[in-house]
Amino acid sequence: MRTDDLIAALAADAQTVSNPIGRTLWLALTGGAVVAALIFFFGIGFRLDLASALETPRFLFKCALTLTLLVSAMGLMLHIARPEAVPPAWAMALAAAPLLLAIAAIAELMVVPSSDWTKRLVGTNALVCLVLIPALSAAPLAALLLALRQGAPAHPMLAGAVAGLVAASVGATLYATHCQDDSPLFVATWYVIAVMIVTLVGALIGARLLRW
Amino acid sequence: MRAAIGGDAASYRQLLDSLSHSLRAVTRRGFAQAGAALNDVEDVVQETLLAIHLKRHTWKSDQPLGPWVRAIARHKLIDALRRRGRRIEVPIEAVLDFLAADEPRSDLDRQDAARLVDGLRGRQQVIVRAISLEGQSIREVAERLGMNEGAVRVALHRGLKALAAMHRKGHEE
Repeated sequence: MRTDDLIAALAADAQTVSNPIGRTLWLALTGGAVVAALIFFFGIGFRLDLASALETPRFLFKCALTLTLLVSAMGLMLHIARPEAVPPAWAMALAAAPLLLAIAAIAELMVVPSSDWTKRLVGTNALVCLVLIPALSAAPLAALLLALRQGAPAHPMLAGAVAGLVAASVGATLYATHCQDDSPLFVATWYVIAVMIVTLVGALIGARLLRW
Repeated sequence: MRAAIGGDAASYRQLLDSLSHSLRAVTRRGFAQAGAALNDVEDVVQETLLAIHLKRHTWKSDQPLGPWVRAIARHKLIDALRRRGRRIEVPIEAVLDFLAADEPRSDLDRQDAARLVDGLRGRQQVIVRAISLEGQSIREVAERLGMNEGAVRVALHRGLKALAAMHRKGHEE
Protein backbone atom coordinates (compact mmCIF):
# COMPACT_ATOMS: atom_id res chain seq x y z
CA MET A 1 0.00 0.00 0.00
CA ARG A 2 1.33 3.43 -0.86
CA THR A 3 1.26 6.04 1.84
CA ASP A 4 -1.17 8.11 -0.23
CA ASP A 5 -3.54 5.16 -0.30
CA LEU A 6 -3.30 4.79 3.44
CA ILE A 7 -4.05 8.49 3.87
CA ALA A 8 -7.17 8.04 1.73
CA ALA A 9 -8.34 5.29 4.06
CA LEU A 10 -7.57 7.39 7.15
CA ALA A 11 -9.44 10.38 5.72
CA ALA A 12 -12.45 8.19 4.98
CA ASP A 13 -12.39 7.25 8.67
CA ALA A 14 -12.32 10.92 9.74
CA GLN A 15 -15.72 10.80 11.37
CA THR A 16 -14.90 8.03 13.80
CA VAL A 17 -13.36 9.88 16.72
CA SER A 18 -13.14 8.52 20.25
CA ASN A 19 -13.99 10.59 23.31
CA PRO A 20 -11.22 12.90 24.48
CA ILE A 21 -8.85 10.84 26.61
CA GLY A 22 -9.36 13.10 29.63
CA ARG A 23 -13.08 12.37 29.69
CA THR A 24 -12.45 8.64 29.32
CA LEU A 25 -10.08 8.67 32.29
CA TRP A 26 -12.50 10.62 34.50
CA LEU A 27 -15.29 8.21 33.62
CA ALA A 28 -13.03 5.27 34.47
CA LEU A 29 -12.08 6.82 37.80
CA THR A 30 -15.71 7.51 38.66
CA GLY A 31 -16.90 4.07 37.61
CA GLY A 32 -14.09 2.29 39.43
CA ALA A 33 -14.59 4.36 42.56
CA VAL A 34 -18.33 3.65 42.59
CA VAL A 35 -17.71 -0.10 42.40
CA ALA A 36 -15.08 0.12 45.15
CA ALA A 37 -17.46 2.18 47.31
CA LEU A 38 -20.25 -0.37 46.87
CA ILE A 39 -17.90 -3.16 47.90
CA PHE A 40 -16.84 -1.05 50.86
CA PHE A 41 -20.31 -0.12 52.09
CA PHE A 42 -21.80 -3.58 51.70
CA GLY A 43 -18.80 -5.68 52.63
CA ILE A 44 -16.67 -3.63 55.01
CA GLY A 45 -18.35 -0.52 56.41
CA PHE A 46 -17.23 2.51 58.40
CA ARG A 47 -15.55 2.14 61.76
CA LEU A 48 -18.14 2.30 64.52
CA ASP A 49 -16.68 5.38 66.19
CA LEU A 50 -16.53 7.38 62.98
CA ALA A 51 -18.31 10.40 64.49
CA SER A 52 -15.78 10.83 67.30
CA ALA A 53 -12.87 9.93 65.00
CA LEU A 54 -13.82 12.85 62.78
CA GLU A 55 -12.77 15.13 65.60
CA THR A 56 -9.28 13.72 66.00
CA PRO A 57 -6.43 15.29 64.03
CA ARG A 58 -4.76 11.93 63.28
CA PHE A 59 -7.84 10.53 61.57
CA LEU A 60 -8.41 13.73 59.63
CA PHE A 61 -4.76 13.76 58.58
CA LYS A 62 -5.02 10.18 57.35
CA CYS A 63 -7.97 11.07 55.12
CA ALA A 64 -6.36 14.29 53.91
CA LEU A 65 -3.24 12.33 53.01
CA THR A 66 -4.98 9.73 50.85
CA LEU A 67 -7.00 12.47 49.15
CA THR A 68 -3.80 14.43 48.44
CA LEU A 69 -2.36 11.36 46.80
CA LEU A 70 -5.55 10.88 44.81
CA VAL A 71 -5.56 14.44 43.46
CA SER A 72 -1.85 14.54 42.63
CA ALA A 73 -1.77 11.09 41.03
CA MET A 74 -4.91 11.74 38.98
CA GLY A 75 -3.53 15.07 37.80
CA LEU A 76 -0.36 13.34 36.71
CA MET A 77 -2.27 10.57 34.97
CA LEU A 78 -4.24 13.00 32.82
CA HIS A 79 -0.90 14.13 31.40
CA ILE A 80 0.95 10.83 31.32
CA ALA A 81 -1.85 9.36 29.17
CA ARG A 82 -0.73 11.65 26.34
CA PRO A 83 2.43 11.28 24.28
CA GLU A 84 3.97 14.65 25.10
CA ALA A 85 6.36 15.26 27.97
CA VAL A 86 4.68 15.61 31.37
CA PRO A 87 4.80 19.15 32.81
CA PRO A 88 7.36 19.07 35.64
CA ALA A 89 4.89 20.68 38.05
CA TRP A 90 2.67 17.60 37.96
CA ALA A 91 5.58 15.23 38.42
CA MET A 92 6.67 17.24 41.44
CA ALA A 93 3.15 17.45 42.84
CA LEU A 94 3.33 13.70 43.33
CA ALA A 95 5.86 14.35 46.11
CA ALA A 96 3.24 16.20 48.18
CA ALA A 97 1.72 13.13 49.83
CA PRO A 98 5.03 11.45 50.78
CA LEU A 99 6.28 14.78 52.10
CA LEU A 100 3.19 15.31 54.25
CA LEU A 101 3.47 11.79 55.57
CA ALA A 102 7.14 12.19 56.45
CA ILE A 103 6.40 15.40 58.36
CA ALA A 104 3.51 13.78 60.20
CA ALA A 105 5.58 10.72 61.09
CA ILE A 106 8.37 12.88 62.50
CA ALA A 107 5.83 14.91 64.47
CA GLU A 108 4.33 11.70 65.82
CA LEU A 109 7.77 10.48 66.91
CA MET A 110 8.25 13.73 68.82
CA VAL A 111 4.83 13.74 70.47
CA VAL A 112 4.59 10.07 71.41
CA PRO A 113 6.99 8.54 74.00
CA SER A 114 9.43 6.12 72.39
CA SER A 115 8.05 3.21 74.43
CA ASP A 116 4.79 3.51 72.45
CA TRP A 117 6.38 3.71 69.01
CA THR A 118 6.26 0.01 68.26
CA LYS A 119 2.69 -0.33 69.46
CA ARG A 120 1.58 2.51 67.22
CA LEU A 121 3.49 1.21 64.24
CA VAL A 122 2.23 -2.36 64.51
CA GLY A 123 -1.34 -1.19 65.20
CA THR A 124 -4.28 -3.53 65.48
CA ASN A 125 -5.02 -4.76 61.98
CA ALA A 126 -2.01 -4.38 59.73
CA LEU A 127 -2.76 -7.53 57.77
CA VAL A 128 -6.33 -6.39 57.06
CA CYS A 129 -4.89 -3.16 55.74
CA LEU A 130 -2.57 -5.05 53.40
CA VAL A 131 -5.47 -7.09 52.05
CA LEU A 132 -8.31 -4.58 51.90
CA ILE A 133 -6.51 -1.65 50.26
CA PRO A 134 -5.43 -3.73 47.25
CA ALA A 135 -8.86 -5.41 47.17
CA LEU A 136 -10.65 -2.05 47.09
CA SER A 137 -8.20 -0.79 44.46
CA ALA A 138 -8.84 -3.63 42.03
CA ALA A 139 -11.91 -2.17 40.29
CA PRO A 140 -10.48 1.35 39.87
CA LEU A 141 -7.19 -0.11 38.62
CA ALA A 142 -8.90 -2.28 36.02
CA ALA A 143 -11.07 0.61 34.83
CA LEU A 144 -8.14 3.02 34.62
CA LEU A 145 -5.88 0.58 32.77
CA LEU A 146 -8.61 -0.09 30.22
CA ALA A 147 -9.13 3.65 29.80
CA LEU A 148 -5.38 4.18 29.39
CA ARG A 149 -5.40 1.76 26.48
CA GLN A 150 -7.24 4.53 24.63
CA GLY A 151 -4.39 6.86 25.51
CA ALA A 152 -0.93 7.21 24.04
CA PRO A 153 1.46 7.14 27.00
CA ALA A 154 5.11 7.62 26.09
CA HIS A 155 6.05 5.29 28.95
CA PRO A 156 3.57 2.44 29.32
CA MET A 157 5.08 1.04 32.50
CA LEU A 158 5.12 4.44 34.19
CA ALA A 159 1.54 5.12 33.11
CA GLY A 160 0.51 1.77 34.58
CA ALA A 161 2.26 2.63 37.84
CA VAL A 162 0.46 5.98 38.05
CA ALA A 163 -2.85 4.23 37.39
CA GLY A 164 -1.90 1.96 40.29
CA LEU A 165 -1.28 4.98 42.49
CA VAL A 166 -4.63 6.56 41.62
CA ALA A 167 -6.44 3.28 42.22
CA ALA A 168 -4.60 2.67 45.48
CA SER A 169 -5.46 6.13 46.75
CA VAL A 170 -9.14 5.42 46.07
CA GLY A 171 -8.82 2.14 47.97
CA ALA A 172 -6.83 3.74 50.79
CA THR A 173 -9.31 6.63 51.16
CA LEU A 174 -12.20 4.20 51.59
CA TYR A 175 -10.24 1.90 53.86
CA ALA A 176 -9.11 4.83 56.01
CA THR A 177 -12.68 5.32 57.20
CA HIS A 178 -12.81 1.70 58.37
CA CYS A 179 -9.35 1.36 59.86
CA GLN A 180 -8.89 1.98 63.60
CA ASP A 181 -5.20 2.77 63.34
CA ASP A 182 -4.70 6.48 62.85
CA SER A 183 -1.07 6.93 63.84
CA PRO A 184 1.09 8.33 61.03
CA LEU A 185 3.60 5.63 61.99
CA PHE A 186 1.05 2.96 61.06
CA VAL A 187 0.08 4.79 57.87
CA ALA A 188 3.72 5.31 56.88
CA THR A 189 4.31 1.57 57.15
CA TRP A 190 1.26 -0.43 56.18
CA TYR A 191 -0.64 1.99 53.95
CA VAL A 192 2.57 2.65 52.08
CA ILE A 193 3.26 -1.05 51.56
CA ALA A 194 -0.32 -1.60 50.37
CA VAL A 195 -0.11 1.33 47.96
CA MET A 196 3.24 0.08 46.67
CA ILE A 197 1.75 -3.34 45.93
CA VAL A 198 -1.03 -1.83 43.83
CA THR A 199 1.42 0.50 42.08
CA LEU A 200 3.69 -2.41 41.23
CA VAL A 201 0.80 -4.43 39.84
CA GLY A 202 -0.24 -1.41 37.76
CA ALA A 203 3.30 -1.01 36.42
CA LEU A 204 3.63 -4.68 35.50
CA ILE A 205 0.29 -4.81 33.72
CA GLY A 206 0.84 -1.41 32.14
CA ALA A 207 4.16 -2.45 30.63
CA ARG A 208 2.38 -5.15 28.66
CA LEU A 209 -1.09 -3.72 28.14
CA LEU A 210 -0.40 -0.08 27.34
CA ARG A 211 2.01 -0.37 24.44
CA TRP A 212 0.77 1.24 21.25
CA MET B 1 -6.74 19.16 12.88
CA ARG B 2 -9.63 20.87 14.59
CA ALA B 3 -11.70 20.63 11.44
CA ALA B 4 -10.49 17.07 11.00
CA ILE B 5 -11.59 16.13 14.52
CA GLY B 6 -14.93 17.62 13.58
CA GLY B 7 -15.05 15.01 10.82
CA ASP B 8 -14.07 17.09 7.78
CA ALA B 9 -12.45 14.46 5.57
CA ALA B 10 -11.00 16.85 3.00
CA SER B 11 -9.06 19.03 5.41
CA TYR B 12 -8.01 15.95 7.31
CA ARG B 13 -6.59 14.40 4.18
CA GLN B 14 -4.69 17.57 3.44
CA LEU B 15 -3.27 17.63 6.93
CA LEU B 16 -2.17 14.00 6.85
CA ASP B 17 -0.61 14.55 3.48
CA SER B 18 1.51 17.45 4.66
CA LEU B 19 2.38 15.60 7.86
CA SER B 20 3.53 12.58 5.86
CA HIS B 21 6.22 14.67 4.17
CA SER B 22 7.77 15.90 7.38
CA LEU B 23 7.38 12.47 8.99
CA ARG B 24 9.27 10.93 6.10
CA ALA B 25 12.12 13.39 6.55
CA VAL B 26 12.24 12.89 10.32
CA THR B 27 12.12 9.11 10.04
CA ARG B 28 14.87 9.04 7.44
CA ARG B 29 17.09 11.17 9.58
CA GLY B 30 16.42 8.95 12.58
CA PHE B 31 17.15 5.78 10.63
CA ALA B 32 20.30 7.26 9.17
CA GLN B 33 21.56 8.32 12.57
CA ALA B 34 20.88 4.86 13.93
CA GLY B 35 22.58 3.24 10.96
CA ALA B 36 19.41 1.33 10.11
CA ALA B 37 18.53 0.21 6.59
CA LEU B 38 16.38 2.80 4.88
CA ASN B 39 14.05 0.46 3.05
CA ASP B 40 11.73 0.33 6.08
CA VAL B 41 11.27 4.08 6.33
CA GLU B 42 7.94 4.18 4.53
CA ASP B 43 6.71 1.41 6.78
CA VAL B 44 7.40 3.53 9.85
CA VAL B 45 5.86 6.62 8.24
CA GLN B 46 2.68 4.65 7.69
CA GLU B 47 2.71 3.26 11.20
CA THR B 48 3.11 6.78 12.55
CA LEU B 49 0.24 8.09 10.43
CA LEU B 50 -1.93 5.27 11.73
CA ALA B 51 -0.99 6.16 15.30
CA ILE B 52 -1.74 9.84 14.69
CA HIS B 53 -5.11 8.82 13.32
CA LEU B 54 -6.06 6.30 16.00
CA LYS B 55 -4.76 8.41 18.90
CA ARG B 56 -5.93 11.84 17.80
CA HIS B 57 -8.31 12.05 20.75
CA THR B 58 -5.21 12.37 22.98
CA TRP B 59 -4.45 15.73 21.41
CA LYS B 60 -5.89 18.65 23.36
CA SER B 61 -7.51 20.98 20.88
CA ASP B 62 -6.40 24.05 22.86
CA GLN B 63 -2.75 23.02 22.50
CA PRO B 64 -0.48 23.42 19.46
CA LEU B 65 -0.45 20.39 17.20
CA GLY B 66 3.31 20.31 16.55
CA PRO B 67 4.60 18.99 19.88
CA TRP B 68 1.92 16.31 19.94
CA VAL B 69 2.78 15.07 16.44
CA ARG B 70 6.49 15.14 17.24
CA ALA B 71 5.90 13.12 20.40
CA ILE B 72 3.98 10.46 18.46
CA ALA B 73 6.62 10.38 15.72
CA ARG B 74 9.42 10.08 18.25
CA HIS B 75 7.65 7.25 20.05
CA LYS B 76 7.14 5.33 16.82
CA LEU B 77 10.67 5.98 15.60
CA ILE B 78 12.28 4.80 18.82
CA ASP B 79 9.97 1.82 18.86
CA ALA B 80 10.81 0.90 15.28
CA LEU B 81 14.56 1.21 15.84
CA ARG B 82 14.38 -0.81 19.02
CA ARG B 83 12.44 -3.57 17.33
CA ARG B 84 15.01 -3.69 14.59
CA GLY B 85 17.65 -4.14 17.24
CA ARG B 86 19.54 -0.99 16.44
CA ARG B 87 21.33 1.26 18.79
CA ILE B 88 21.94 4.90 18.14
CA GLU B 89 25.28 4.92 16.36
CA VAL B 90 27.53 7.71 15.17
CA PRO B 91 25.58 10.13 12.99
CA ILE B 92 27.27 10.63 9.64
CA GLU B 93 26.71 14.08 8.25
CA ALA B 94 27.48 13.04 4.71
CA VAL B 95 24.80 10.39 4.82
CA LEU B 96 22.37 12.94 6.18
CA ASP B 97 22.87 15.33 3.31
CA PHE B 98 22.60 12.54 0.85
CA LEU B 99 19.30 11.46 2.34
CA ALA B 100 17.75 14.86 2.68
CA ALA B 101 15.60 14.30 -0.40
CA ASP B 102 11.91 14.04 0.32
CA GLU B 103 10.93 11.39 -2.20
CA PRO B 104 9.21 8.14 -1.38
CA ARG B 105 11.47 5.18 -2.01
CA SER B 106 11.02 2.44 -4.54
CA ASP B 107 8.32 -0.20 -4.49
CA LEU B 108 10.50 -2.32 -2.26
CA ASP B 109 9.41 -0.17 0.69
CA ARG B 110 5.82 -1.00 0.11
CA GLN B 111 5.99 -4.73 0.07
CA ASP B 112 5.75 -4.99 3.84
CA ALA B 113 2.78 -2.69 3.99
CA ALA B 114 1.03 -4.49 1.16
CA ARG B 115 1.52 -7.75 2.97
CA LEU B 116 -0.03 -6.15 6.05
CA VAL B 117 -3.27 -5.42 4.22
CA ASP B 118 -3.32 -9.03 3.06
CA GLY B 119 -3.31 -10.00 6.72
CA LEU B 120 -6.64 -8.30 7.39
CA ARG B 121 -9.64 -10.53 7.74
CA GLY B 122 -12.44 -10.87 5.16
CA ARG B 123 -14.64 -7.79 5.07
CA GLN B 124 -12.04 -5.54 6.64
CA GLN B 125 -9.54 -6.40 3.94
CA VAL B 126 -12.03 -5.83 1.15
CA ILE B 127 -13.11 -2.49 2.59
CA VAL B 128 -9.65 -1.14 3.44
CA ARG B 129 -8.41 -2.21 0.04
CA ALA B 130 -11.35 -0.65 -1.80
CA ILE B 131 -11.05 2.68 -0.02
CA SER B 132 -7.27 2.96 -0.08
CA LEU B 133 -5.97 1.19 -3.18
CA GLU B 134 -9.06 1.58 -5.34
CA GLY B 135 -9.95 5.03 -4.08
CA GLN B 136 -13.64 4.31 -3.60
CA SER B 137 -15.84 6.27 -1.24
CA ILE B 138 -17.62 4.80 1.74
CA ARG B 139 -20.92 5.04 -0.12
CA GLU B 140 -19.59 3.23 -3.18
CA VAL B 141 -18.18 0.44 -1.06
CA ALA B 142 -21.43 0.17 0.86
CA GLU B 143 -23.42 -0.14 -2.35
CA ARG B 144 -21.04 -2.66 -3.84
CA LEU B 145 -21.07 -4.90 -0.78
CA GLY B 146 -24.74 -4.38 -0.01
CA MET B 147 -23.94 -3.07 3.47
CA ASN B 148 -25.13 0.14 5.08
CA GLU B 149 -22.63 2.99 5.37
CA GLY B 150 -22.44 2.77 9.14
CA ALA B 151 -21.33 -0.84 8.97
CA VAL B 152 -18.70 0.04 6.37
CA ARG B 153 -17.42 2.82 8.62
CA VAL B 154 -17.16 0.45 11.58
CA ALA B 155 -15.37 -2.19 9.52
CA LEU B 156 -12.98 0.42 8.13
CA HIS B 157 -12.16 1.72 11.59
CA ARG B 158 -11.58 -1.79 12.92
CA GLY B 159 -9.49 -2.61 9.88
CA LEU B 160 -7.25 0.40 10.54
CA LYS B 161 -6.90 -0.63 14.18
CA ALA B 162 -5.97 -4.13 13.08
CA LEU B 163 -3.40 -2.68 10.67
CA ALA B 164 -1.79 -0.74 13.51
CA ALA B 165 -1.72 -3.87 15.66
CA MET B 166 -0.08 -5.83 12.85
CA HIS B 167 2.59 -3.15 12.48
CA ARG B 168 3.36 -3.62 16.17
CA LYS B 169 3.41 -7.39 16.12
CA GLY B 170 5.00 -7.86 12.71
CA HIS B 171 8.43 -6.98 13.99
CA GLU B 172 8.33 -8.60 17.37
CA GLU B 173 8.89 -12.12 16.15
